[in-house]
Amino acid sequence: MAEKIKIAQYWGAGCGGCDVALLDIDAKILDVHAIAKVVVWPIGFDGKLKEIEAMPDKSITVSFYNGAIRNSENEHVAKVLREKSAVMIAFGSCACFGGTPGLANVTNKKEIFETVYKNTPSTDNPNFVTPQEHYKAKEGDLELPKFWDSVKTLDEVVDVDYFMPGCPPTVNLIAMAVDAVAKHVTTGAPLPPKGTVIASDKTLCDECKRERVEKGKRIDKIYQAYEIKPDPKKCLLDQGLICIGPATRAGCGAMCPNAQMPCRGCMGPTSGVTDQGASMLSALSSIMNITDKEAQMSEEQIMTMMMQVKDPLGTFYAFTLPKSPLRRIVTEKKRKG
Amino acid sequence: MSSEAQPQTTAHATGVKEPDPKILVFCCNWCSYAGADLAGVSRLQMPPYFRTIRVMCSARVDPEFVLRAFQRGADGVLVAGCHPADCHYIGGNYRTRRRIALLKMLIQQFGFDPDRLRLEWVSAGEGEKFQKTIIEFTNTIKELGPSPMARGDE
Ligand code: SF4
Ligand code: SF4
Ligand code: SF4
Ligand code: FES
Repeated sequence: MAEKIKIAQYWGAGCGGCDVALLDIDAKILDVHAIAKVVVWPIGFDGKLKEIEAMPDKSITVSFYNGAIRNSENEHVAKVLREKSAVMIAFGSCACFGGTPGLANVTNKKEIFETVYKNTPSTDNPNFVTPQEHYKAKEGDLELPKFWDSVKTLDEVVDVDYFMPGCPPTVNLIAMAVDAVAKHVTTGAPLPPKGTVIASDKTLCDECKRERVEKGKRIDKIYQAYEIKPDPKKCLLDQGLICIGPATRAGCGAMCPNAQMPCRGCMGPTSGVTDQGASMLSALSSIMNITDKEAQMSEEQIMTMMMQVKDPLGTFYAFTLPKSPLRRIVTEKKRKG
Repeated sequence: MSSEAQPQTTAHATGVKEPDPKILVFCCNWCSYAGADLAGVSRLQMPPYFRTIRVMCSARVDPEFVLRAFQRGADGVLVAGCHPADCHYIGGNYRTRRRIALLKMLIQQFGFDPDRLRLEWVSAGEGEKFQKTIIEFTNTIKELGPSPMARGDE
């Protein structure tokens, strides 16, 4: 067989789940091994950044980058891999949309450092020593990455060719991507168009087997997942659980609803919309009940009804805050007048 | 109704210049736009800092439109629709009021003063209510000052 292709896998601000996920494809990993040499994969192989930096441009066939971009090291490696790779894939929800680490955009570096290095009950740090970017030690100069106020998505810092959402992407989707690359390499089959999201173009509800009772079903009360034992066959949203399915891209096989848990939206927005949060906010507003007394209701009463949604930002943007129109929180000045 | 020809800054008593407020108004075609039009043809005076976008129904205002408006630097967003029971599409405004309630909670979590978003019912005959709404809302927005979005945090 021809010379093996090179692949790289790297992690930014992530949990490590995506880094392991590549192994979940079981025997298919042998297909990968048959055609590819892995040049860097933090939990799998050794591989030094210096070596990558010394490689010719575009000499890595495909890089899978997981995790969001939250410090200078994340960005630097993303840029190096982009330069050295023919194909750059945002692997997992963190790289695609910011994911769970992206929720840190409700705060900033200062607050995070205060919590982590001072205020947690188990921290004993009276002088509030925090990580320094530069430190002169006897043995030489030490450097740590610069920590930012905001979490970014991979495509905010480098050009991304394909997106593989999921927290982490499922085995099926990884196999799809591996197949596409393998076919391209072995038979010259064309790669999907740039920008393709490697998942389904449908909505999670299309993939979900739960019965939607009646069309136009409305709910009066919103429950938290721990408050009720939902009917195992019926749509969870119809039962008052906030299931993000209507605003989420299919591709995971509706894993969470299958396990009696509402979807939290890790596959990101559907192909038709850009903002998953606004899309779910809209869907939820439409299924809240309307009675004969609606015309007499005040906006305050409506507000009380909607306040059943305890944490709209955390509910609607659990995985996509850095990708949302507002990206991060801001601070109002004091009111004049 | 357009502020195209207006100067870009307002001189305050202190002499400090603040940019003019930027207010986006969504009006439903069947009631509120007609109400706004009536305010215009009746020559009712209003502060000229708003731009109107006509939509078929207040429910056409996708929550994303509101968020995009704030993203692009709107200081305030007003959504105007038919009174309850009067929506041309029967229940569009009922959806709207639920969305606006959630959106107010949401933008507050994002750090915005929820008063930067307002919902008002304006019928085709309520030119004066449109005028009053614009005056009040403009005052609110002036009190709040420029959107925090413009400043950023980093
Ligand atoms: S997408 Fe999920 S599994 Fe992957 S790194 Fe982020 S949090 Fe972990
Ligand atoms: S809302 Fe959730 S439970 Fe209902 S059909 Fe959609 S994915 Fe399934
Ligand atoms: S059901 Fe929703 S949260 Fe669960 S894996 Fe699928 S997309 Fe992710
Ligand atoms: S048509 Fe005016 S609110 Fe629906």
